[in-house]
Amino acid sequence: MDLERRRLFGGSLSLGALTLLTGCDISDHESVQKALALVSRWNDRVQAAIFGANRLAPTFAEDQAVKDFRYNAWYGPDRSPRLDDASYRLTLAGQIADKRPWTIERLHALPRVSQITRHVCVEGWSMIGKWSGIPLRDFLGQIGADTTARYVGFECADGYYEGIDMPTALHPQTLMAFQLSDDILPTRYGYPFKIRIPTKLGFKNPKFVTTIYVSNQQPRGFWTDRGYNWFSGI
Amino acid sequence: MSAGDLEVQTHPIAARVTHWLMALAILLLIGSGWRIYNASPIFDFRFPEAVTLGGDVEDALALHNDPGVASALAWHFAAMWLLALSYLGFVLWNTITGHFRRDFLPIGPRLFWRDFVAAATFRLQHRLGEYNVVQRVAYWGALGSVAMMLLSGIAIWKPVQTYPLEVLFGGFQGARIVHFVFMTAIVLFIAIHVALVILVPKTFVAMTLGRATAMPHARKGDA
Repeated sequence: MDLERRRLFGGSLSLGALTLLTGCDISDHESVQKALALVSRWNDRVQAAIFGANRLAPTFAEDQAVKDFRYNAWYGPDRSPRLDDASYRLTLAGQIADKRPWTIERLHALPRVSQITRHVCVEGWSMIGKWSGIPLRDFLGQIGADTTARYVGFECADGYYEGIDMPTALHPQTLMAFQLSDDILPTRYGYPFKIRIPTKLGFKNPKFVTTIYVSNQQPRGFWTDRGYNWFSGI
Repeated sequence: MSAGDLEVQTHPIAARVTHWLMALAILLLIGSGWRIYNASPIFDFRFPEAVTLGGDVEDALALHNDPGVASALAWHFAAMWLLALSYLGFVLWNTITGHFRRDFLPIGPRLFWRDFVAAATFRLQHRLGEYNVVQRVAYWGALGSVAMMLLSGIAIWKPVQTYPLEVLFGGFQGARIVHFVFMTAIVLFIAIHVALVILVPKTFVAMTLGRATAMPHARKGDA
């Protein structure tokens, strides 16, 4: 019996090696995907536990910031949504006291801070850029958001959607960025603003934001729905 | 044991379980790691898709615009726990029981050179259950490489939360290169390790079933 079990064990191991060598991959099995998703949720909890609410991402010198920042989306830059200053409104929803929508004019009048931080893509490349805008926590304070809620979610004009945990939303370096390299955020980079989070992977930095909401329900994420880890902190 | 005795190799259950769990974790990590590497290569080449792990690329692209990197990352960040735990188990167990001290030491440049020359000239005797100095150094190298993979992996996974670690590796890109270099070292180790196991299959029996025996080799001086 014991020997049988051992043979089975050895057999399954060489099977694992074989699947790798032959490219006959078990990743697409539903049960495998479910098990991996379970570990991914465990990793969410680990990442939330090791996240330092006041631990700052490294900042860099002016001359290290890239001027021609890499364009990155699942569609080409010519298909970026062009949001019109006159009709654009930032919608607020969920656990927020003052839900009056914001015009671009009012958003642009908000006080700004600048940061030179590194954008790290889930694929492995990274790039340093300079972003300017209002810390999200200041904006959340101004609109009377319930910061005891667990999440802040975003919806975007290009169909993108994302969400982050409240500790990250309140992190001092999490910005509503209206500028890149000291210029008004160009259309392709997410005009009128993107959420810039140097403590998250790049895909957790939504562009063309049209709605901000506060909720106790974990917001879905565009790439998270496609198998990527939800927390994706760095 | 005198030269005439039966050669015996035994591996306790703890050593076997942690060994095979590490082997499984490393296979998964290499396969998925190569798929992740392909998404943004450091050097001027990509790994053939067939030897990477992460599901069917065409299906993934059609389904959600992603070449199976999501699955590869999910494998990688699951198998890393398996490797970390089995590695810690293996190292702790071998330290506490004295296996490291008894069988993997001593090592030293002179001893290494002696056995290396003997191996290179095909005069190195293999006795089942005994490790020559070249083997010992290779095992230390593999164990050290796994430690470097875990450390550089943490630096890449959490470059903000563990920023000082990244600085030790010479920056984020430095950590990626270190991760690649020690992956290569481990792949080389596995190639040699498996080749030698094929030459002496009884070592596989011992590592799987716990015990193997062999008739002693004839040696100079044996009557």
